[in-house]
Amino acid sequence: MTGAEWAFVVIGVAGVIGAIRVVTARNVVHAALYLVISLSSAAGVYLLLGAEFLAWVQILIYVGAIVILFLFGLMLTKAPIGREALDNQRRGVALGVAAAILTGLAYLLLGAFEWDAPRLEPSGGATSEVGASIFARFVLPFEVVSFLLLAALIGAIVLARKDDRP
Amino acid sequence: MIRLPLVLLLSAALFSTGVYGVLARRNAVLVLMSIELMLNAVNINLVAFAQLLRDISGQVFALFVIAVAAAEVGIGLAIVILIYRNRETINVDEVNLLKW
Repeated sequence: MTGAEWAFVVIGVAGVIGAIRVVTARNVVHAALYLVISLSSAAGVYLLLGAEFLAWVQILIYVGAIVILFLFGLMLTKAPIGREALDNQRRGVALGVAAAILTGLAYLLLGAFEWDAPRLEPSGGATSEVGASIFARFVLPFEVVSFLLLAALIGAIVLARKDDRP
Repeated sequence: MIRLPLVLLLSAALFSTGVYGVLARRNAVLVLMSIELMLNAVNINLVAFAQLLRDISGQVFALFVIAVAAAEVGIGLAIVILIYRNRETINVDEVNLLKW
């Protein structure tokens, strides 16, 4: 195992522990804060893989904006504290489905890729390369995404606005 | 030099944790958080294969996924707040107005 691999394992384990705490925490605000750990570890993985621009976008959008939005949502909706109030009664079924998906995916992945053959080198992820790719090959999807964001903006305002008319 | 299966296993673990959260949680905001975990797992996979194939398109796709996730969270939280205003609860199993 190389140094980068050990760093990856440490970051990945932190991310998985954060994710597990997100889905098991008994306090909704704690869950949102554990989500920060999990999302930041994903940003660390992007950095280790060489995708710098994506890592900073992840920090800016996910940790900076989406988690804050979640915290606002939690503050505006009074949520009780405690396991029975936050989880439903089918935890066992959910755990079974998740474990089945995990073992199935792990079996497929380890069967499809040899453990030693494909190695990832940090390469290609600078802002200039990403920008060149977006504006050379993905101009139409880029415009569609900006239209989608505009529609989401208007939709969120229309939905959440208090309607005082009779 | 990171082994590809390690990255894919991390993403599989994050995805199944998100599936557990979506199925086990009652609070709608926590369900949305679990969906974010699943989208993150997908993004890690996209970046891993982009680096493996030396093609930056995968990273552009991950950027689009992030943008769509941001829009989804905005609309989702607006709907959750609207439900809370009307029903005084955001437990997904108590919102059964459309159930026959």
